[in-house]
Amino acid sequence: MKSRIRWMSVSVAAIAGGLILGAAGMTEGNIGLGTTTAPAPTTAPDVSSAATVEIDNFNFKPRELTVKVGATVTWANHDDVPHTATGKGKSPAFDSKMLDTDDKFSFTFKKAGTYAYYCKVHPHMTATIVVK
Amino acid sequence: MSKYIQKDESKDGIDRRGFLTCMAWAGAGMVWAMQGGILRSRALGAEAVGIAGADFTFAQVSDSHIGFNKGVYSDVVGTFQQTVDRLNALAKPPSLVLHTGDLTHLSKPAEFDTVAQMMKSIKTGQSFYVPGEHDYFVDNGQQYLDRFGKGTRGSGWQSFDFKGVHFVGLVNVANLSNGQTALGVLGDEQLEWLEKDLAGIKAGTPIVVFAHVPLWTVYEKWGWGTQDGERALRYLKRFGSVSVLNGHIHQVLQKVEGNVSFHTARSTAFPQPEPGKADSPGPMKNVAAEKLKSYLGLTTVDYVEHSGMLATTDLTLADAAGMKRL
Repeated sequence: MKSRIRWMSVSVAAIAGGLILGAAGMTEGNIGLGTTTAPAPTTAPDVSSAATVEIDNFNFKPRELTVKVGATVTWANHDDVPHTATGKGKSPAFDSKMLDTDDKFSFTFKKAGTYAYYCKVHPHMTATIVVK
Repeated sequence: MSKYIQKDESKDGIDRRGFLTCMAWAGAGMVWAMQGGILRSRALGAEAVGIAGADFTFAQVSDSHIGFNKGVYSDVVGTFQQTVDRLNALAKPPSLVLHTGDLTHLSKPAEFDTVAQMMKSIKTGQSFYVPGEHDYFVDNGQQYLDRFGKGTRGSGWQSFDFKGVHFVGLVNVANLSNGQTALGVLGDEQLEWLEKDLAGIKAGTPIVVFAHVPLWTVYEKWGWGTQDGERALRYLKRFGSVSVLNGHIHQVLQKVEGNVSFHTARSTAFPQPEPGKADSPGPMKNVAAEKLKSYLGLTTVDYVEHSGMLATTDLTLADAAGMKRL
């Protein structure tokens, strides 16, 4: 639905451009089309950024990580015991479930906010993801 | 209280006192006895002979972590089997066995199968369990409760009476705080049940409480304690003799507070560092393979009805001589 609206508005603009150009006595309708497609990139989502949190010696590293909206964060467990990366609270935004040694888990943050999380096996392990 | 083991004394020179202490750490075991609500602990020796007349004995095993397989700790089935063999070699088989949690490492069905089979092979009247966080975090204890939760309530708590002693198994690993505290939590529902459960028990009845995470705060920074453990202890205060048996920290620690004696058991799988003596509570590093068995072990408890005495003996897997003496 969205793309059809955009396509229609583009064609309307092109026709309008053609008319203006036509009024100026020129016939290069292509120029009008080119200028109207230019705003498209600004409406596309931000380029996804990616970040990694290393779980090492019962620590999330870094303890606080700031990423852009839409960023994918990957946790990697380097310890020889299992851990989780689980959002705090009753209905956490994310829960890696069990990460055994060398297991990884990724989550894409679509909403801005501060996400406090912990390890369900070792709740003294805590850290934060800030999404801006 | 002077001869129980807090540190590995064997690192340096040995004097007479150090020798006794070292004996206990390295495997001769230790005994602690409760008499009139006062705990006395001794290195295992002549004193232990008096306990031979106990009315019944029970054993505590803990933190078998079946499924763990890293470095020097690659044979957790083997070390747990040795524990089982040691129990089965006792002259007087334990009437009961308590497993204080972390039966498995990753709550895998095969791990639960193995530990269940091995526990069944112990020559004893009955085995009782409480879950550790490793038995609980994967599926909120579903498999654990299906297999070991028969006759328990809520997240797996229970009580029973055996030969005049009231046993209470508590669960403090059900992740009730959703990360709001690093410590174990019992929760209101369980505590209300406990209050009612104890209400009908005479103050002179010896009480044995067993739970995975220590009920008292051992080391908050590593989450070694129970946030609402104090409330449970308040309900236990009026009893003349209370013994609290825990696991979780993979080492022997004990403490006496009024009529309550606290005791944590060794793991049968891998040792953890003393509180704060390492960067993290991960499995102890640099443990030589040949010394491993002196860090792993089990606990046997003798109860002497007429003297109201409860004596706990911690035995390491390296301790063959100590077992014979029992």
